[in-house]
Amino acid sequence: MDFKPVLLWSDILLWALVAGCVVLAVYCRSQDYLRRAWRRVGESAVAMASVTVLAGFVLVGMLDSLHYQPRLPAQDGRTAVQYAPEVLSALDALLAPLRLNREKTYSAPLATHGFAKETMERDGVQVRDFPRLHAGGAHLAEPSHYAADLCRRAATGAFGGLLVWVLLVGVVVGLIALAGRTRYGAACRAVWRPDPEGERPVAWRAALLTALVLCLLGGVAAGWAGGYHVFGTDKVGQDVLYLSLKSVRTALLIGTLTTLVTLPLAVALGLIAGLRGGWWDDAIQYVYTVLNSIPGVLLIAAMVLMMQVIIDTHPDWFETAAERADARLLALCFILGLTSWTGLCRLLRAETLKLRELDYVQAARAFGVGDARIMARHILPNLMHIVLISLVMDFSGLVLSEAVLSYIGIGVDTTMNSFGTLINAARLELSREPVVWWSLAAAFVLMLAMVLAANLFADAVRDAFDPRFQWRARRIHKRAAA
Amino acid sequence: MIAYIIRRLFYAIPILIGVNLLTFLLFFVVNTPDDMARMQLGMKRVTPEAIAKWKAERGYDKPLVWNAEAPGLDKATDTILFDKSVRMFAFDFGRADDGRDIALEIRSRMGPSLAIAVPTFILGLFVTVSFALLLVFFRNTALDVGGVVLCVAAMSISGLFYIIGGQYLVSKVWNLVPISGYAGGLDAGRFLILPVLISVVGGIGSSARWYRTLFLEEINKDYVRTARAKGLSELAVLFRHVLKNAMIPILTGVVVVIPLLFMGSLLLESFFGIPGLGSYTIDAIGSQDFAVVRSMVFIGSVLYIAGLLLTDISYTLVDPRVRLN
Repeated sequence: MDFKPVLLWSDILLWALVAGCVVLAVYCRSQDYLRRAWRRVGESAVAMASVTVLAGFVLVGMLDSLHYQPRLPAQDGRTAVQYAPEVLSALDALLAPLRLNREKTYSAPLATHGFAKETMERDGVQVRDFPRLHAGGAHLAEPSHYAADLCRRAATGAFGGLLVWVLLVGVVVGLIALAGRTRYGAACRAVWRPDPEGERPVAWRAALLTALVLCLLGGVAAGWAGGYHVFGTDKVGQDVLYLSLKSVRTALLIGTLTTLVTLPLAVALGLIAGLRGGWWDDAIQYVYTVLNSIPGVLLIAAMVLMMQVIIDTHPDWFETAAERADARLLALCFILGLTSWTGLCRLLRAETLKLRELDYVQAARAFGVGDARIMARHILPNLMHIVLISLVMDFSGLVLSEAVLSYIGIGVDTTMNSFGTLINAARLELSREPVVWWSLAAAFVLMLAMVLAANLFADAVRDAFDPRFQWRARRIHKRAAA
Repeated sequence: MIAYIIRRLFYAIPILIGVNLLTFLLFFVVNTPDDMARMQLGMKRVTPEAIAKWKAERGYDKPLVWNAEAPGLDKATDTILFDKSVRMFAFDFGRADDGRDIALEIRSRMGPSLAIAVPTFILGLFVTVSFALLLVFFRNTALDVGGVVLCVAAMSISGLFYIIGGQYLVSKVWNLVPISGYAGGLDAGRFLILPVLISVVGGIGSSARWYRTLFLEEINKDYVRTARAKGLSELAVLFRHVLKNAMIPILTGVVVVIPLLFMGSLLLESFFGIPGLGSYTIDAIGSQDFAVVRSMVFIGSVLYIAGLLLTDISYTLVDPRVRLN
């Protein structure tokens, strides 16, 4: 084999999470009320558009979670197969040209010449001029072809993106036609111009139009990336587009894995406190009041400092640098989870206190059903909407906090690509002359896209699942009808 | 009222003990002082003597909770638990790694922190409430929709970008105020105006949207309809009725942070070089000065608990139905 697959712990957890989502989706399809709630999410054009954007990010993150170690070329006198110490991912393999084509230092987006003048020899004379880049526009024989080359690459890239989009539309419409047992043409019409008389349709059109924009942007970027640095290069000459795409996985992991810690703690403790009452309730309330009364950043800082001490005093635990960075990322998720379960736990406890007094729970009690069974069968299903809403609402906050924590120096490992480390490395660049703006711009654009999509999606989920909001939506609807 | 406050103060004691125990566990049990010494002195070539000296300098060479060798009462008091954690209740935080007294340092740094946090708080509250009221006044129009979209976009931008962008535009391109630094007295205004402005703008998004939903919830109630029916103008309805009744949920979020204003802001102070408690904390985290971080955790929770108490008291002031018992 040319490579050896490597499973980092975060990969395992991420794929387990993906599998969990699939199982959950299947379960939701079988439950009528859940299917209807998700359908309400689907009816919102904004939600479908943001889901499409998020799906793009998740795709990048998943590609980046298939890790391997490439085999080193055979050496004389050594028969044993040797693997490189660096751990790469499928995304690295896809973006190999971006990763390997490094410059000496900064270069502007789509530049052909360096950022700073250098002394070089030209026709036997020493001159100071901007040097040609190693990779950016190196294929151009004549710099005057620059504009034409950019246009050509953009056009081919956009065409490629369009082809991908057409394929995507074909698959989506085909699936809809299969699911609705209609003809393909009818499904096309239903997606593009839904019947105004029927029930509110799922907003496929918004999703597909967003996908079109994404495909075109991605196509153009891919077209340019073949010969230029689309977002320029950073101080040590790494391609910024590559760095920012690698950051996506970190942001996604922090936003999702943290919930793996938050959820069990909040749900279990909230339910027990609410249902059992007595000293259970007192103890649990005491624990979350204590945790809650320490300002979040300080608690995180204290815990991360301690985690650093542990990692630094045990260097023998980790074989590769990637493993150490990975362990640190997981520890950060764990710490963020430990400090953020209190809010959800309090909500669940209060809700359980209300549900506990309802007749059907009392009836179950009277039949002698045990506490564990009452929780699982009668209380938990009625709390799931709160859990789900708080999960999707927390995601964007976690992504944003990663950047701040990395800036303070208590975030992910400095060798790990993340939006925080990207911003941290770039924050002094605005004071250079001329200004180096592209690293910050790339981090800004990608983060804004991810967090904005997550926020809009979270709003749609809340509107669909929270009974209070449905009530309001219905009333507004009624008023509009009248 | 006074009896209630006294009782609440007694409730705070177990919580503070909990916080104290938690920090003790984190800083002295999860990692022993030996581990910390080894890390701070560098991993390689560290002699046991160097570790012993490092621990003795900081008073970490005592037993953790029980000193069997000490005479009499000192068995319990001549320990790390007593020296480092119990003493915090008397606001005696010991010395930082650079040898300065932490309590003294905190006292001198509170001024700059307050100078930036108080204007931010007041101006921020005023701006966000007015913005939210404006959106509610123009509800169901394009202006409202645009404003909400703006809010969602604004809250999706990391705070770091507000600071970096604001510093670049105002200080570097337009040259209006110094990029960073601090001066005492009236001169401080020059340095404070930009950080205050940035944090107000950065905070508008999420809070204005939240206040808008609160106002909208009130505006559909019967008493508002009655107020309109008796011929009050929309403005009077908004200010005299809606704002007043939406005050309670707003207060929950707002009053609790008032004592925390003493802590300053981590990001702003470190970006603008303001010598407040926020930058003190960041420096301590950077240089891994555990004593300072521990003290800040304790002070932070004291202030937070004070904030909760203030919140309860403020309820009685805005809502006559609430009686504290």
